Amino acid sequence: MTAVEEVPLSPAGNPIGFGSMKRVEDARFVRGQGNYVDDVNLPGMLHSAILRSPHAHARIVSIDKSAAEALPGVVLVITGEMLAGVPRPSLLGDNFAWMPTLSYDTQAVLATDKVRFQGQEVAFVIAESKYIARDALELIDVEYDVLDAVMDAKKAMDPGAPVIRDDKGQTDNSITDVHGNQSWESGNAEATAAAIAAAEADPNCVVVTEQILYPRVHPAPMETCGSVAELNPVTGQLTLYTTSQAPHAHRTVYAMVAGLPEQKIRVISPDIGGGFGNKVGVYPGYVLSIVGSLLTGKPVKWMEDRSENLMSTSFARDYHMKATIAATREGKILAVDVDVLADHGAFNGVAQPTNYPAGFFHIFSGSYDYPNAHCKVTPVYTNKAPGGVAYACSFRITEAAYVIERVVDCLAAELQMDPAELRLKNLIAADKFPYMSPTGWEYDSGEYEKTMRLAMEIAGYDELRREQAEKRAKGEYMGIGISFFTEGVGAGPRKTMDILGLGMADGIELRVHPTGKAVLRLSVQSQGQAHETTFAQIVSHELGIPPEDIDVVHGDTDQTPFGLGTYGSRSTPVSGAAASVVARKVRERAKIVAAAALECSPDDLEWELGRWYVKGDKERGKTIQEIALLSHSSLELPEGIEGHLDATAVYNPPNLTYPYGCYICVVDVDVLTGQVKVRRFIAVDDCGVRINPMVVEGQVHGGLADGIGMALMELIAFDEDGNCLGGSFMDYLLPTAMECPDYELGETVTPSPHHPIGAKGVGESATVGSPAAVVNAVIDAISPFGVRHADMPLTPANVWRAIQGRPMRTDMAVE
Amino acid sequence: MQITLTVNGTEYTRDVEPRMLLVHFIRDELLLRGTHWGCDTSNCGTCTLWVDGEPVKSCTMLAVMADGRAIRTVEGLANGAELDPIQQGFIECHGLQCGFCTPGMMMTGRWLLDNNPNPSEGEIRECISGQICRCTGYKNIVSAIQWAAEHPATSEVTS
Amino acid sequence: MEGEGMQTPAPVGYAKATSVSDALALLKKHGEDSRIVAGGHSLIPMMRLRIAAPEALIDINDVAELKGISIEGNEIVIGAMVRHAEVLSSPILFEHYAIFREAEKLIADPIVRNRGTIGGSMCQADPSEDLSAVGAALKGTVVIQSESGTRTVALRDFHEGPYMTKVAQSEILTQVRFPIRPGAGSAYEKVERRVGDWPVASAGTFVVVKDGVVDDCGIGLTAVGAEHFCAPEAEAFLIGKEPTEENLSAAAQLAADSCNPFSDQRGPADYKKHLAHELTLRALRRSAAASQGA
Repeated sequence: MTAVEEVPLSPAGNPIGFGSMKRVEDARFVRGQGNYVDDVNLPGMLHSAILRSPHAHARIVSIDKSAAEALPGVVLVITGEMLAGVPRPSLLGDNFAWMPTLSYDTQAVLATDKVRFQGQEVAFVIAESKYIARDALELIDVEYDVLDAVMDAKKAMDPGAPVIRDDKGQTDNSITDVHGNQSWESGNAEATAAAIAAAEADPNCVVVTEQILYPRVHPAPMETCGSVAELNPVTGQLTLYTTSQAPHAHRTVYAMVAGLPEQKIRVISPDIGGGFGNKVGVYPGYVLSIVGSLLTGKPVKWMEDRSENLMSTSFARDYHMKATIAATREGKILAVDVDVLADHGAFNGVAQPTNYPAGFFHIFSGSYDYPNAHCKVTPVYTNKAPGGVAYACSFRITEAAYVIERVVDCLAAELQMDPAELRLKNLIAADKFPYMSPTGWEYDSGEYEKTMRLAMEIAGYDELRREQAEKRAKGEYMGIGISFFTEGVGAGPRKTMDILGLGMADGIELRVHPTGKAVLRLSVQSQGQAHETTFAQIVSHELGIPPEDIDVVHGDTDQTPFGLGTYGSRSTPVSGAAASVVARKVRERAKIVAAAALECSPDDLEWELGRWYVKGDKERGKTIQEIALLSHSSLELPEGIEGHLDATAVYNPPNLTYPYGCYICVVDVDVLTGQVKVRRFIAVDDCGVRINPMVVEGQVHGGLADGIGMALMELIAFDEDGNCLGGSFMDYLLPTAMECPDYELGETVTPSPHHPIGAKGVGESATVGSPAAVVNAVIDAISPFGVRHADMPLTPANVWRAIQGRPMRTDMAVE
Repeated sequence: MQITLTVNGTEYTRDVEPRMLLVHFIRDELLLRGTHWGCDTSNCGTCTLWVDGEPVKSCTMLAVMADGRAIRTVEGLANGAELDPIQQGFIECHGLQCGFCTPGMMMTGRWLLDNNPNPSEGEIRECISGQICRCTGYKNIVSAIQWAAEHPATSEVTS
Repeated sequence: MEGEGMQTPAPVGYAKATSVSDALALLKKHGEDSRIVAGGHSLIPMMRLRIAAPEALIDINDVAELKGISIEGNEIVIGAMVRHAEVLSSPILFEHYAIFREAEKLIADPIVRNRGTIGGSMCQADPSEDLSAVGAALKGTVVIQSESGTRTVALRDFHEGPYMTKVAQSEILTQVRFPIRPGAGSAYEKVERRVGDWPVASAGTFVVVKDGVVDDCGIGLTAVGAEHFCAPEAEAFLIGKEPTEENLSAAAQLAADSCNPFSDQRGPADYKKHLAHELTLRALRRSAAASQGA
């Protein structure tokens, strides 16, 4: 596969194929005519609100809902006790007060015996308006017997720690995964330990160990989660409008969990106001809206508010990592070992493939060529919200990329070597691809050094180092931080990757109408990633039909083929590949139809964009539009060939794809106040073939802002009493236009050898790679004060304390 | 209590509870759903619309406080079929992805340009600093507003 | 957690006032749980979280008497309903005290500043309120009106505790007044975790330098537990002294010593105390320089 060439433009001025093209979606959004879940308004629709626990850990003594039910306008109040009385007629056992999670654990729909995190669902009010529903919440009287809470993951396994999952008969807070293991390892433990021990004993080697926290953060899309459930009592049809990144997977889960006939469930994700992994899981609120519709016979809407979103829906990260890196004094990396304590909250609700309880964390060995790596990830329960795999994490690759890029900088500091030089000495060479990493990933393609040098050139790296030296002499502190990341996206080959038993291969359907216009139906779900535009471009590239003549349909399970949805940057690698494959099937069918019409053999035909023509006689040919009409006409077709111009496909990716990039962040630090200003952010990405560069760049911009946010201000922290300290946008701080600089982007293009159009995907790349660049820059700025590491978020207080030699623990409110 | 207000040039009279937030009134009473909501603490700005010519976070105002006033929402930006330059700018410059913060951003952008037709990049960033976007990283939103500043009037509808 | 995230206010009454006397009458009529609403950007968020549940709101947004910035004799007079945006852009204020513009630029965001008012912010009396530090630094006064007349209270006497002021339920704050000080330089310094956040710490000062020594000065601080948002001991130290780096730093240290910050998610107490010193020093430096340069 070659890189993108110049393509002709369509009558509407769009590239017939790859290139920057304005978005089809924008027409409705700029007019305020998006259709988000809260915009859905059905006749007779009722509203709801959830009563949530104020305590992180408490026994429920009693719930008195009588005053709430007596409030005019309140239709019904549902409690856990009521749900517990309804046995579940399905595969996953027990009763409706509990539901399975995506990690084969159970999660309470409404609390019955205990509440296990602050914000947990306790009761569900259904009323005629959202104002009345909320009024009713204040009238529900819950008596709690408050228990000690486990708020510090490091203390979760202490002897005598309060046991959270006594509902499962546990006697401690360990988590046993579906394979029966309480921790998960990858790589070669013995060889890595031996290499580190040898390095420790060798005066020509160094070993650096650092405790590195990736704190709990939250995807916080601008639209919160919600659903409108309409269970028709006559037909038995359930229509669920919901904020879901994976409508088909949700449909199957509801069928399995609720015992509802799957063909009677229709899940519609209309426009989604940002997902970022927050909208992958099935939340109690969705289930309750369905139960509510069942019990009232009316549509029921549930929309959470922002504090509910931050306090109860899927958080991200919360990995306490101890990283050890061994290297020669010349800077050759020999081995990396990472030991992780993973805080999973009160229920194990991470959304990741079955065989990967720690997601893809084992890509932590990073972009460097060395033989020995090992990691061990141990999850524990705490009295916090469930989740963990979210926020553009690429299934924990954010944690992995952060730890390796942070510890490599610590190594550079130890060696007193420039961090760029250290990286260049270790980057995987171009001729090593496909490269088998020490933890078993086969990186498909890459020209790492080329990408890094381009980033350094755009940044003016040497000039920046000169400036830094001059400034230091004057007592001014600027920092330059580098991050080089490799991620693996596009889960995945169904043999090894499934979620709850659903293999991660995706379907697709393409129909070309008699007049040559087309409709492409996707299994994946845009939350802003421009699928309606870019997928049309893929078909356009393969068939030569102008993009404006191709409609893309997604989000409605009744109108689209089955697939696992959009997260982990899998749309382009999986569904994009499927689009290419199905369009090529149509092209092959078109060839046969053209041959029949031209009365020649299909072998006599050659393809140019939009047209089959006779070899050596270019005037004689048929356009794809002519072929579309012919395939629907009375034209006689060869034996065994069906008419029309439609095709379906299911794409089972042979491997992940491996986008990568080099980011360089420049900061200025006021060391007397600790304030950090991000001056520049350079990003060079290689996501293989770029379908729509404008869209690719937009994805990168968004991810760079994420890095600034997480590195400097985003945090879900707790105090020892169990209070969530990040429950509103006053405390969960997100970067604004003032904190973000004007990004400077570049690109290299190293196509994926196994992807039909050589594209790799890019949606999460910048979120994966950027936090380390910012943190590395800040630490670089204050390194003259002897600082080697400090944890995110590097708020002014944290920076100042790090400079004082007393860096703060950020995840817990302790002095 | 009864209130009368003008929204995008049309007068409406409705009976509302005093506690009803303006954003809920606009969305749920008048069914103008282009104005959104996204937080509980007046931080996100997805609810931004104009009251008497100035952008206001409509989640932090009661509908009754808007009695007798003139409201402009995103639905009132276009002139019939003709998009306002600010809307066109967002299309030209890929200033939106999921679209949720976009109406609020455009209302603020339009107000900025009405008062400061040639703002600097810093002035644009400061003007939208009370509104959050999770998709774009703001660079293209700034470009979109700059585009609108550079193309103050368009006669073609291209989208 | 209790009351968090209710998103909708509790039922409330409402009346729109046409004048100050009308507003006072309405406050009386609707009883002791009625409240004035001005910009609403302190009160309405609290009502949405149901931390506040007044019986009725008396809307003073159309009361013309409360608007406008003017000079009366030797005083600047700011109507209570003057919006933050107007305080920011006012040429009158900027001409006399740059501190107003410097502080306002760092308060909330441009959209919120269109609505929030100086009177509302003063009466909300958040212990991290920037305008409280400005007011205390400049040693301003407020005029409070009731049905029996008006009274004046010094801003350094105005606060009774966090969120509590000397304005009684049956009264309305009508003006904020500041003495004009020829030759004064002023400045504001704030550290925030992110634009629009409450301060981690802020300091605002004015300095009048005459014949090479500090003739008058005011130091205001917020978010650091400074009593009445000011540092009179530090001010007293500086009067009559040359505005050298050493003297300014010593004054700033006295100011910091008088503060009593507590640790929270914005920062630990020791850091806030350090900031009290550093920010007071920076503000004093720039104020003194402005006084001497101007």
